[in-house]
Amino acid sequence: MSLFDDKVKKQLQEALKPMVNNVNLALFTQTLECNTCRDTHLFLGEISELSDKLTLTVWNFQTDKDKAEQYGVDKIPAIVVLDSENRDHGIKFYGLPGGYEINSFIRIILEMSGLKEQLPDDLMKRIQGIKKDIHIQVFISLTCPYCPDAVSAAHRLALESEHIKADMVESSTFVPLAIKFNVSSVPKTVINGTQEFVGTNPLGKVLDFIEKV
Amino acid sequence: MEFNLSLSAVATDHRAVPMDKNKVYDVIIAGGGPAAMTAAVYCMRKGVAAGFVTVDIGGQVGETSGIENYLGFNYIEGSQLVEKFAGQMKQFEIGLSEGYAVTEIKDGREKEVVLENGDRYRAKSIILATGNRWRKLNVPGETELTGRGVAYCAICDAPLFAGKKVAVVGGGNTGIESAIDLAKIAEKVTVIQILDRLTADKVLIDAMQQFNNMEVLLLHEVKEIQGDKTVHAVVVKDTVSGGEKSLDVQGIFISIGLMPNTDMVKGVVELNGFGEIVVDCSCKTSAPGIFAAGDVTSVPYKQIIIAAGEGAKAALSACDYILKE
Repeated sequence: MSLFDDKVKKQLQEALKPMVNNVNLALFTQTLECNTCRDTHLFLGEISELSDKLTLTVWNFQTDKDKAEQYGVDKIPAIVVLDSENRDHGIKFYGLPGGYEINSFIRIILEMSGLKEQLPDDLMKRIQGIKKDIHIQVFISLTCPYCPDAVSAAHRLALESEHIKADMVESSTFVPLAIKFNVSSVPKTVINGTQEFVGTNPLGKVLDFIEKV
Repeated sequence: MEFNLSLSAVATDHRAVPMDKNKVYDVIIAGGGPAAMTAAVYCMRKGVAAGFVTVDIGGQVGETSGIENYLGFNYIEGSQLVEKFAGQMKQFEIGLSEGYAVTEIKDGREKEVVLENGDRYRAKSIILATGNRWRKLNVPGETELTGRGVAYCAICDAPLFAGKKVAVVGGGNTGIESAIDLAKIAEKVTVIQILDRLTADKVLIDAMQQFNNMEVLLLHEVKEIQGDKTVHAVVVKDTVSGGEKSLDVQGIFISIGLMPNTDMVKGVVELNGFGEIVVDCSCKTSAPGIFAAGDVTSVPYKQIIIAAGEGAKAALSACDYILKE
């Protein structure tokens, strides 16, 4: 049984066509897969078939501990988006990016491949001015039409700055974590566990929060 | 599993530029929904210098799941339609400021738009297309607990209330749609309606009947939302007996309609009893050189296609005004 029907498959193929360089998707799962781990594995297997510029590497969260540590993966299922040189830019998806979230997934794949909208100079300057380690967690649900914008903003910042890491966290997959941060509306963005906001914000406003950390 | 893909995930041919504080624009468009974006495209095609200031691109359309009455599309997701609108607008070198709301409009021969972060931009004319926002209850606890159990978007947040008890305020179409979405997943849903009946369409009220975890409190109003880190309870008052009681809930969805975003133009242009900007049939407000379009205006029927059409009209009126000035 496949996750994508023919229509979705075609749409995804079309969406991935403009990819410039290769992108490697690293999945962390385990031998006896949890339900979402299995679905995420299936999802990545199918999507990586849709472009010859996409590759998939599967790691075992329990036995490949050094890899998990290297990428800072602390729960599964986790997808780490790596560039053509297999370099890590701190961009992760915890949980399956299905529903509306497929859009942030495709977007970061394209951006990681080199196809990205240029950011205004003043924003780039502010991003380069960030010298502290920043960890952004964006809590989402798959039925939320504007959550992908919040995830894409966080991922883009991570892509542009070596000091910023950004995770998508699917709230129903990681319930205790969502409870820990009192997530009851999505998208909810939490920065270093201290700054937080609900809703979508453009990069400039997300930077306002980061600069307060 | 569903995948709601929007095709144009990344557009690289965007030519929009940051807003310029030293420039006097021909027209500044405030707002980011279909009226504002249509106005922007019309202004840029007319060749006038236009600026676009908005909190977000898409407005209410971005929060809409399926749209089946925007001609040309039998069915389109709200987010997809927004991308199409935004893509078409950004192919022009339009001035763009995103993320900060307009807090003040200063009228005069040269007009000024003030944003919440203090930025000020000048223009010969202004198009107000700032739309509507969710109407708030204005009860204690609502603001403090927003995002902590107080919610406004049921399709977004319903999954977070699986197995929990929730309240929905409002017995109109949005309220009952929210209640149905929540009843599928929550332990119990209590609908609180201030009137003596539900005002939602019959199809929705019929659809409610299949759930046995739903309760309707007619002639009740919310007095207070209680909680610390998250919502714990809602205090409701029986409007007939005057008696109050506390409902043990972890979430409250507020669906009591919309209100126009016109705080920034109070005293500048004429508003009607609903707080909407009064416009004539060419989108002129009571202040020369200030135009308005879309849901924020007195034009009846809040529809995407109407807002878009009004946006076009406001742009043409503004261009006409600039030419004559």
